[in-house]
Amino acid sequence: MTAIELGNVRKTFRVKGGLLGADRHVVAVDDVSFAVPTGGVLGIVGESGCGKSTLARLILGLLQPDRGSIAVEGQRVAAMDRRARARLIQPVFQDPFASLNPMTRVRDIVAMPLKAQGNFGAADVRRRVDEMLARVGLSAEMGRRLPAELSGGQRQRVAIARALVLRPRIVVCDEPTSALDVSVQAQILNLLAELRRELGLTYLFISHNLAVVEHVASEVAVMYLGRFVERAPTERLFGEPEHPYTRALLASVLTPEPGLGVPDVGLGDTLPDPANIPAGCRFHPRCPIAEPRCAVESPPLKARPGGGVECLLV
Amino acid sequence: MSIATASRGARRGERRSPRRGWRSASTWIGAAIVAIAAFCAVFAPLLMPHDPFAQDLGKRLLVPFWMEGSDPEHLLGTDQLGRDYLSRLIYGCRISMLIGVTVSVVSGVIGITLGVLGGFFGGRVDDAVLFAITTRLSIPVVLVALAVVGLLGSSMTLLVATLGLLLWDRFAVVARSTTMQVRNLDFVAAAWCAGCSRFRILLHEVLPNIASHLVVVATLEIALAILLEAALSFLGLGVPPPLPSWGLMIAEAKDYMFFSPWVIVIPGVALFVLVLGINLFGDGLRDSFGARSDP
Amino acid sequence: MTALLEIEQLQVSFGSTAAVRGASLSVARGETHCLVGESGCGKSVTALSVMNLLAPNARRSAKRLAFEGQDLLGLSDSGMANLRGNAMAMIFQEPMTSLNPAYTVGSQMTEVLRRHKRASQRAATDRAADLLARVGITAPGLRLGQFPHQLSGGLRQRVMIAMALMCEPRLLIADEPTTALDVTVQAQILRLLSRLQRDLGLGMLLITHDLGIVARVAHRVSVMYAGEVVESAPTAELFANPRHPYTQGLLRCVPVPGRIKRDEPLGSIPGTVPRIAPGFAGCAFRERCAFADESCSSAIPRHRPSAAHDFLCRLPA
Repeated sequence: MTAIELGNVRKTFRVKGGLLGADRHVVAVDDVSFAVPTGGVLGIVGESGCGKSTLARLILGLLQPDRGSIAVEGQRVAAMDRRARARLIQPVFQDPFASLNPMTRVRDIVAMPLKAQGNFGAADVRRRVDEMLARVGLSAEMGRRLPAELSGGQRQRVAIARALVLRPRIVVCDEPTSALDVSVQAQILNLLAELRRELGLTYLFISHNLAVVEHVASEVAVMYLGRFVERAPTERLFGEPEHPYTRALLASVLTPEPGLGVPDVGLGDTLPDPANIPAGCRFHPRCPIAEPRCAVESPPLKARPGGGVECLLV
Repeated sequence: MSIATASRGARRGERRSPRRGWRSASTWIGAAIVAIAAFCAVFAPLLMPHDPFAQDLGKRLLVPFWMEGSDPEHLLGTDQLGRDYLSRLIYGCRISMLIGVTVSVVSGVIGITLGVLGGFFGGRVDDAVLFAITTRLSIPVVLVALAVVGLLGSSMTLLVATLGLLLWDRFAVVARSTTMQVRNLDFVAAAWCAGCSRFRILLHEVLPNIASHLVVVATLEIALAILLEAALSFLGLGVPPPLPSWGLMIAEAKDYMFFSPWVIVIPGVALFVLVLGINLFGDGLRDSFGARSDP
Repeated sequence: MTALLEIEQLQVSFGSTAAVRGASLSVARGETHCLVGESGCGKSVTALSVMNLLAPNARRSAKRLAFEGQDLLGLSDSGMANLRGNAMAMIFQEPMTSLNPAYTVGSQMTEVLRRHKRASQRAATDRAADLLARVGITAPGLRLGQFPHQLSGGLRQRVMIAMALMCEPRLLIADEPTTALDVTVQAQILRLLSRLQRDLGLGMLLITHDLGIVARVAHRVSVMYAGEVVESAPTAELFANPRHPYTQGLLRCVPVPGRIKRDEPLGSIPGTVPRIAPGFAGCAFRERCAFADESCSSAIPRHRPSAAHDFLCRLPA
């Protein structure tokens, strides 16, 4: 059973070119296809601007793709009623200071998805909110507070409670712990893992922190300038990375092991510009092993067990 | 500028200086003036010592209490028709506040609706709203108000309707830009994902978070409407006499100002103090809201 | 030889809230000293109080606060301004807020040198171009004429580092210099900082919450909690033999590739950093500590298992 399925999804944004300049097209997601099985956790890693958040918003139905199909639990997202969609898929966003309405009390934030459904009685709403708050480790007293009166970790618990109160099948986590301290990050990651096991959830887990992704994901996709350049089961991706970009990302992880020094990532200074995607392999200007043909030929997708890699040289 | 001074400036700027918002004396002075004016407006019939319309030609142009030969019956003296000036001032306050508030409500409803719709939906809707705003900004308010009142005759309802239809631009601009900021925040995205309808999102997520900005605009619009009403009344095209609006009182007094200067000074000072008070109060509100919306 | 920077018993408070409560640490010449802890534990306030850049409502006091043996507490504002950006420089987390958007990179860089060293515009420009090249920026001539918003986050942070080095500082304070950057850029910037630190013999106080960064670049680590330095040790020693329960907890929170199994819960520290009220006594970590008992609310001794390692806990082992 597939929980999330994307087929050839492409999304571009138009950027106004100022007074005289022509409008430019920024390709955020470029022909991406993948499927996540029910109960799986797909981790998506990549640098800022690689399109991972756009991908999350497409799957949540917050953005419409230019072309391609997006389906959750076999139903097309675009064709779904907003209430039905809300019962299937929910988000947890990065910044717990921006993702909660500052004027609304915690209880009402968690109750919002239930009220939007329109068929829950007041007592039922109250009971479900109480249950959910307790489940994410918040006291009833905290339910009466405003978001500004909570710490970052508590706010993220509220966001998780809001996401799970309708018992959805899929949760899209967009950098859910990047804004938190390590100690709090560990609490939230543990909570997300427990809830997934208990409720049989499927996660799409977006992060720039490879150590976190390795910990939570069953398979990982590496995104670069709108494309999945490598996708593999977690053990394989971390054990035998093939794409030079994946290898560079792994090399740049600073594990708490003293004496190793800071590794040389070898990517050079040129940063990826989504408005100006290079011809051939889009990674070639930064690639430490690039050959002349990488600037001309587009790399085909080479199949690998449980995934694939897009590179001419592997 | 060196790194150190630059960062120091930035850090200083981040923390609000302690003499802003509710901690500043000017906010409290403004609030006190607005409170007194609102009290006078609401309880005018109880506060007035005399009937503001009752003429007594035997007691024309009596001097106020601080001048020699004043009548203790009439604290602020009387006008050219012998009407008690204090009573007219209090009743005029009621008229001015009534016009200020109703104009602000009418223009607020128009401006906030347009601005929120434009800011929230963007695209074509926003283009239409922007066109309406620029059109409105190119209309000279006083000229149109003069023409309308001149053609249709003066009445309070007409005055409120005209000013209300002309003064919504600031509401629209502020509502549009704040809505655009709030619309892109993650909690609005979360509300979409929770299956909320557009109406629910506008009402529960967007409006409460832009309300503070709109309250500030409303105070400024009240002050502006009061001044415009006074100007139109002064030109004889505002509130129809014998209603004692402050603008009308100034207009009626201008013939006597050389021999009885207080008849023009009293409503003039009252108008100045009220508008100043509303503006101080509005500035204070803006600063206190600004402090709260800082993360 | 005296240390480059000595902080002894530093106290900083904002109103009735104590942000730093008797923190002591010292940075030697040519040493990278990392200050690590959760947000709100007083790391940044400690750094800012060295630079005398605290908000006007802050109160700062210390038994000793000295730079190259010179007392900083009694120093006048102008004396401090002469040191700042000159002998000691600071770089911040978000370079965009510390660069002035209205001036070109070149004019901001040369201004520092012209102000502190009375250098000519030409000499200053040459040095700026030289330093930009040194921090790994290609085409420095082009970058000098650009405005901050025309640069990427990584480039801006490099510009900030180059700018901090303009007057050949002896002490560099870096407050979360790579937190806003991507992992690949972070590795590049940290590599650059370590190289510069080694080549120029800089003393560096690096503030971070990332234990990975600490392990890779620090010579010495101080762990801060609720305004106190709860443990301080050479890096290898701290990671091999953490003694304070807070340090141990922090180390268990970090997912280490290959060491922690998938779906196995990470170690975590329950609760959050407390707000310290006036008159607070004892260990500030006791509410979150698994080993806490009644004796933790009385005065806590500082243990020294070795000459270079000390920690603040009632537990000797």
